[in-house]
This record gives sequence, C-alpha cells and structure tokens, in this order.
Amino acid sequence: MAKKLMKGCEAIGEAAIRAGCKLFFGYPITPQNEIPEYLSHRLPQVGGTFVQAESEVAASNMIYGAAGAGERVFTSSSSPGISLMQEAVSYLAGAELPAVLVNIMRAGPGLGGILPSQADYLQATKGGGHGDYNVIVLAPWSVQEAADLVADAFDLADYYRNPVYILGDGLIGQMMEPVEFREDRKPVREIPPKTWASTGWKGDRPRAVVNSLYLDADTLEKHNRDLQEKYHRIRRDEVRYQGYGLDQDYDVLLVAYGTVARVCLTAMEELRDQGIQVAILRPVTLFPFPYDALANAAAKAKAVLVVELSAGQMLQDVQLAVHGSRPVHFHGRTGGNLVTPEEAASKVREVLDGRSEEVRHA
Amino acid sequence: MPRIEIDKDRCKGCELCVKACPQQILGMTKDLNAKGYFYAAVKEQKRCIGCRICCVTCPDVAISMSVHGTMVHYFRY
Amino acid sequence: MPSQAQAVFRYPEALREVTTHYCPGCTHGVIHRLVAEVLDELGVRQRTVGVAPVGCAVLAYNYFATDMQEASHGRAPAVATGIKRARPDLIVFTYQGDGDLASIGMSEILHCANRGEKVTVVFVNNAIYGMTGGQMAPTTMPGQVTTTSPLGRDVGLAGEPIRMAELISTLHTPGFIARGAVHQPLLAVRTKDLLRRAFRYQVEGRCFSMVEILSTCPTNWGLPPHEACDWLEKHMVPYYPLGVFKTPEGGDRASRPL
Repeated sequence: MAKKLMKGCEAIGEAAIRAGCKLFFGYPITPQNEIPEYLSHRLPQVGGTFVQAESEVAASNMIYGAAGAGERVFTSSSSPGISLMQEAVSYLAGAELPAVLVNIMRAGPGLGGILPSQADYLQATKGGGHGDYNVIVLAPWSVQEAADLVADAFDLADYYRNPVYILGDGLIGQMMEPVEFREDRKPVREIPPKTWASTGWKGDRPRAVVNSLYLDADTLEKHNRDLQEKYHRIRRDEVRYQGYGLDQDYDVLLVAYGTVARVCLTAMEELRDQGIQVAILRPVTLFPFPYDALANAAAKAKAVLVVELSAGQMLQDVQLAVHGSRPVHFHGRTGGNLVTPEEAASKVREVLDGRSEEVRHA
Repeated sequence: MPRIEIDKDRCKGCELCVKACPQQILGMTKDLNAKGYFYAAVKEQKRCIGCRICCVTCPDVAISMSVHGTMVHYFRY
Repeated sequence: MPSQAQAVFRYPEALREVTTHYCPGCTHGVIHRLVAEVLDELGVRQRTVGVAPVGCAVLAYNYFATDMQEASHGRAPAVATGIKRARPDLIVFTYQGDGDLASIGMSEILHCANRGEKVTVVFVNNAIYGMTGGQMAPTTMPGQVTTTSPLGRDVGLAGEPIRMAELISTLHTPGFIARGAVHQPLLAVRTKDLLRRAFRYQVEGRCFSMVEILSTCPTNWGLPPHEACDWLEKHMVPYYPLGVFKTPEGGDRASRPL
C-alpha cells in the first residue's frame, strides 16, 4: 500500500480500523479532536460504530461494556479527559478487559494548555486509578510508528486481556507525515478465542460474568496475585526500546521518548560535529520500562541526561535504572514549549563542563 | 386442587405472605430454619384457592404452587 | 392414580436458585423474579446480558442466569450502551438503584435515554442508599430521616426528591417510560406487565425503555417489612405516581396540551 500524507490523529484512527476495530467511543478535546472527527465518517464506511459520549467518564465505561462483549474497542482523549477515564481503566485492568486508549498529551496541570506535553507519564505508567494494576504504554515518535503501535496495541491488549495506552505528546496527533499501513502485518501474539466475553449464555461455556468485585479477601488476593504474575510476564517479554549510537563510545547518554527523542537525534549530530560523542536510548514501551538496557547503556557513559516535555517524570525511572552508578541530569520544558536541539546540545556541554547540577532526587 | 409448598430454608421470615393471603391460611412457625428465621408454613392447605398471591408476594421465591386438575386464573400473570 | 401435579408457580429459568443477600422483606427479590420471568416468557434468556450496578443490587450478577457485567457506580447505562452497540443482537438491560441512577449516574441515564439506546433500564427506587447503610438519596422523601439527614431531609438544603420517570419522559427522543411498584401483590402483577412491554420494545428494536419501580427498604427505613409496604403506599406513591409516562407511539408527555 503506498505511503500517504496523513495527520497523526487520522493515521491513528485508520490504523485502529485496519486492526479490525469497529467501535469507537470518545469525546471532543483538543488536541485529539481529529480522531473522533475522522472516525465519525470513516467507521460507518466500514460497517463500524462511532459514538460520541456525553463525557469521557461515559466513553470509558462504554469501552468497558463493548470490550466485555468481546469486541475490539478503542477510545482517544487528551490529558484532562484521560484523567476522567482513570476509574474505568482500573476497572478494565481489574476485570481483565482488552482495550486501546490513546492519549494525545497536552500541557497541564488542571486545564493547562492545548500545546504538546509529556506530563502524563506517571499517570500512565504508575497507574492513574486505584489499586495495584499496570497498563502497557506504547510511545510513538512518528506518525508511522503511531500507526504501527496502534496495530500492535490491539494484539497486546487481546493477548494479555489488559488495557493498552498509546501515549503521544501533542505533536504526534497534530503533525502530518507520510504513513503506510502494512497489509502483510502478522499479529504480535496468537490471540486465544474470547470465551470469557458476555455474548449471551447458551450453556456451551461457563456463564460469563465481567466483573472486578471480589468481596472475599482471599479470592481478591489470589486475583491480585494473578494480575501481578501477568505484569511480570509483560515486563519480561514486552520491553521495546531503540538505541542510537549505543554500540560506539560516548560520554553522555541521552534518554528521551516520543518526538523529544527526534530533537535529541538532531542535537547528537550537532554535538558530533563538535567532537562530543553522545548516544540516545529511546524507550518505546514506557511500561514495561527498559531498565536493564538503560543500566547497561549508562555504564558506558560518564553521565546520563534525561530530556522530557515535563518537570521530570520518566526521570524517576531512569534514576531507578541507573541506581546511582552514574550522575543523572535533567532538562525539561513545560507549558507546551518544546525542547530545541540547541538547548539539548548546550545542556550536554554543561554536563560535560560540570556546569550542570546532577539531580539528587526527583 | 391447588397445593402450596413453602421451602422452609429459603424463607427469611418476612411475613409478607402471611398478610397477603386472602384466605389467611399462612402463618409463621415457632421453629427456626437453617438461616435462623422463623419460617412461614401453610396452616390449612384445604382452604387454599390457588390464587398465587403468596407466590407473587414472596421476595425470595420460597413459595411454589402446583395444581391437580384445572386451575382458576384470578389474574393474568 | 391421581393426575400428575402440574407446577404452576416456580423459579423462573432466568433466576439462579441461590439465596440472595437481600434483607428479609426487601422487594428487590420480587423485582428480580419479575425481570427473570419476563426474560423467560420472551424466550431471550440465552441472548441477554444484564448490567449490575453498585448498590444493594451489586450482586445481581450472581442472581440472573444470564451473562452479566458489573458496572462502576452510576455507569451501567454507559456500559449497556457499549454492549448494545458492540452486539445489537443481544438483549441488554441494566438493573440500578436510585443512588446509582439518579445521583452519580444521572448524566449516563439521561444521555443513554436521549440517544435512544435500544436497552431496558430496570430502576429500583427505594428512596435511600441501602448497601452503604441508609444514607439520603436524591429520591429520599422530604422529612425522611436517614443516616445523612438525621433531622429528616431538609428540602431547603437538599432540594425536593427527583422524579426520574417524569424527568426522562420530557426528552424528545422516543422511548417507553413507566413507573410501577411491588409493595402489593396486584401492583407487582401490573409492574410485571410494564416490564414485559419494556423488554418487548427492545426485542422489536423499537426504542429505549425504562421502568422505575418503587421498592421497600425495611432495614434502613427501620420498619418491619409489612409496615414498610404501608409506608411506601402512604408516602411514596402520592409523590411518585404510578403509570405509563411515555410510549414511542404516544409522543412525549411534555407536549401534551394543558
């Protein structure tokens, strides 16, 4: 299929349809409006169903119902809307329901702004709702990768019976880039039939009860142990990251995800021209986080520099990975401002000249 | 001939059926059931007219009814 | 040999033969049976999915012999929307209390009805929060004492009780909205007919349907079951009139000339 120039939001919507998702429940919020807009005319064309809910709270519970009925299902929102969905995400995890949720992040906190941000990292990776649960979090850095990760997200969601986030900083949704939807794509995992779904009890299987309530403590504890065992398997098998220059020698290791990693790539070339060797490690899965890979990469460097569109959230995971073996520095922009390559490059120089303060604790 | 059966261990002793019976042939026993409630029982089976009002009233489906021969339908249910 | 005794009244197939957790004399049990009997009569049990609320009926998923889903508090109409949109061939119903539907879930029920989702809502109004121990609900009567209106509901501070059937019937989208009660046997018989009509509208794919059913709460009203029925008749029925408020044929009530 030929490459097509598409806006990120629309590519994400199209990718979901091509992953066999026929159901979208969402609500307007900038900067992800083009996803519901695109799907509102595209889904009927493919016999799908588009519903604009009365709120993100309602949309996320429609997701719960449709996923519980065994269908692939998808929603998208942006930071404040994702906050409204947090209770449902905890229920999706508790009831072990597959669903894909896209967060095109905008600046916070509160009403914040509508410009790009990465300040929902902790909400997504450490659980924004109640209880012990985890959500697989995929962070694309381009429209093409966003489309590819949406397809993978549906497979991972179905395979692990768990919600999956696509975490895009505002740019991912708004920029237009060429994108190709791979026809020959094979599923990431073999998906077992959804015999657990509530599709009408005809007696040919146990009665389906989609539920996360367990009033008996021992039963709920066993359920929690099963969930933790699942998250262990996800941590073991689903880590994804990209490395740039990791196999050469380098003085500073840059850690960044999403479009910020592309900014660091440009900075890397600029620094290389000045004889300063850096490498970049880009987590693609924010959960499960690539702790081991990061620890190995950090060991080769004098210092680590984390760059984010936030006040420092992935920073905490980097510190966990580096475990004090190397000084960890941080550079972040908030409010919707972007990091520029020049900023990143000058921060690296500061780190090397000793003019940058190491981050004691996040 | 209608026949009322009260499942004594399903009854929670709420007494709604006793008051609802137009023939007043239901009453509460003095013994406890498995749940620890005084359960309802039929006092005079012969005077039962098979109206099913006790069955309709019972919140716990503890009362069932069977009939020998024809049955009078007092209301469509 | 006398002719075989013919069972005339027994457990409906759509109701599991398990002891419920409901208090003695609580008419939730009657409503559960009426819904189950209607599912049996319409022959739809095997393609029905029920959505249980958070409240006294939270364990309804153990009682209906159908596939079930447990919704978060107030969100059952949204969950039902998701199921019905995903599988329009299924018969979908929610079973909700007044705290679940009229308080935290008000937005969900209004928009579910306004979109005209082809689902059936069984709304149990017992004027109190039962499961959590008897707090004031949007439907609590003026002056009614609860654990959060110890001096009786003060309408000056908490407003008047909300009449959901009337409220929803003003929506312009077609639907079947009715209110019944089960505190007297013959009213329960009539309420079963309302439920039958509601579910039939869904089976015919016709419109949204909701039956509000007045129900007792002996434990939290602090009354023996029989007196709770009398209290309901005396205090709730006058304020919450029984009847059909809206049908898809009859147009909406609001536009009826004075």
